[in-house]
Amino acid sequence: MQRFINDPDNIVDETVIGFVKAHPERVRQDENNPRVVISKHAPVKGKVGIVTGGGAGHEPAFMGYIGKNMVDAVAVGELFSSPTAKSFKDAILAADGGAGVAVLYGNYAGDNMNVKMAKKMAKKDGVVIQTVVANDDVCSAPIEEREKRRGVAGEIFMWKIGSAKAAQGASLDEVCQSAQKAIDNCRSVGVGLGPCTLPAVGHPNFEIEPGTMEVGIGHHGEPGILVAKLGSANDIADQMVKIVLDDHNLAQGSEVVVLVSGLGATAVNEQYVLYARMQEQITARGLKIHKAFVGNYFTSLEMVGVTLTILAVDDELKQLLDMPTDCPGF
Amino acid sequence: MTSFKNAGGGDIIIDVAKIIVENKAYLSEIDGKIGDGDHGVNMAKGFGRAADRLADSDSSLDEAMSVLSDILMSEIGGSMGPLYGMMFADMAECIEGQDDIDAALFLDMLTAGVDGVQEIGGAKLGDKTLLDCLIAAKEAFAASVENGETFDVSLEALKESAVVGRDGTIDMIAKIGRAARLGERSRGVVDAGATSCCLILNILSDGVLKRL
Repeated sequence: MQRFINDPDNIVDETVIGFVKAHPERVRQDENNPRVVISKHAPVKGKVGIVTGGGAGHEPAFMGYIGKNMVDAVAVGELFSSPTAKSFKDAILAADGGAGVAVLYGNYAGDNMNVKMAKKMAKKDGVVIQTVVANDDVCSAPIEEREKRRGVAGEIFMWKIGSAKAAQGASLDEVCQSAQKAIDNCRSVGVGLGPCTLPAVGHPNFEIEPGTMEVGIGHHGEPGILVAKLGSANDIADQMVKIVLDDHNLAQGSEVVVLVSGLGATAVNEQYVLYARMQEQITARGLKIHKAFVGNYFTSLEMVGVTLTILAVDDELKQLLDMPTDCPGF
Repeated sequence: MTSFKNAGGGDIIIDVAKIIVENKAYLSEIDGKIGDGDHGVNMAKGFGRAADRLADSDSSLDEAMSVLSDILMSEIGGSMGPLYGMMFADMAECIEGQDDIDAALFLDMLTAGVDGVQEIGGAKLGDKTLLDCLIAAKEAFAASVENGETFDVSLEALKESAVVGRDGTIDMIAKIGRAARLGERSRGVVDAGATSCCLILNILSDGVLKRL
């Protein structure tokens, strides 16, 4: 595949520079740490700061969710690799408006370690920190071991809801409770049709045989629960809805928000083809769709594939989700 | 000799860094079998920067380990940044201010390194991580010293056991990190972290042996 690359070793730095140049009215780069991107509005005095971060290659995540009523600061790592503890710490300090900082992130080994160290460092600067860890990826571990599940596109809802709560002037405890409720109410599944390549490595590190699909694939190509024969869009949509809703166990009449995200190299029109069927399947199960998002919201370099995320909402979550924001990702 | 000088020991870390950089492609290749394939890339980036910054600095061993640790923790990230960052930070702290390092102090240093990795990473023996190499090496060294063997003989035992520990990961199923998602499919492949750890311990031991 042909790609737009200067030097594979500089690709993340150049990504961040381009992002900041493209959105100067919304974000700025930390003066002392080029891997920290901060909202133009941050820090807001008296407001709980919202921080996230993760490896690059998932754009528009994570930086794209910085904005008013959204995330305040983001730490950016190498491609598919956790940001440094220092970057998480610098993001925490940048977001701190004196009311504490909520770090809302994705439950990957590197992130867990670097956030843990950043927390220790930032505490010395007098910042009060709490964390909420996303674990919406159904196929990454059985339900009995939900704490082992990874965070995928459901993280966007966790950020949106936690950030909106913070914007309302809620306390750090309340912000984290709402973010936790959002992720608890969230389930996701991915299906991969084609692998992705880290430019510095030069070849894909996993394979998907032509004519097959990886059901339950993770955000970096982690294997799913089965390799199946590639089906029609409707067949795949049916399987995805079934995996998510079988795990979710929602009461008839529940309201949900649906997010279909491309993984980088799947045409948006195909994502709408999938959504057309998913919408039928979800409503056929007696659920009511409050809102839907379809597009490239949380990608994995140039992987061919999609994720489906279903968030169960009540009045509180609906109100927080519907609060206007101006971040580049939405 | 029963000990070596901390002063000037920074050159050992430069040698360690060079070996990691030389093995960049190999480490990435084995990581690619059950991981992202970027272990060599990220390790070489961090260790290479450390070698550049330490060149001609005439650092002590603990100073050099601190420089390496700072780079790993503040510039590399991922999983290896904090794991090796903590290992070298805690080892440096253990020997800081000491003029001579004998076998007993070297063992304390290794133990501090093991504890540092375990505290931040939370992995256990048998989880298919760098700890399977590090703990095996440390325990072999400890047993040898306890048996009254000399520092140099004990370092040879350490080197041998590091290799055994590394190769022991081949038959293990990954329990932590990204490879854990592979379950049974992670068996049959050597762990990339254990492989880099084995390189580090071997070059570290060789550097000490030369100075004894």
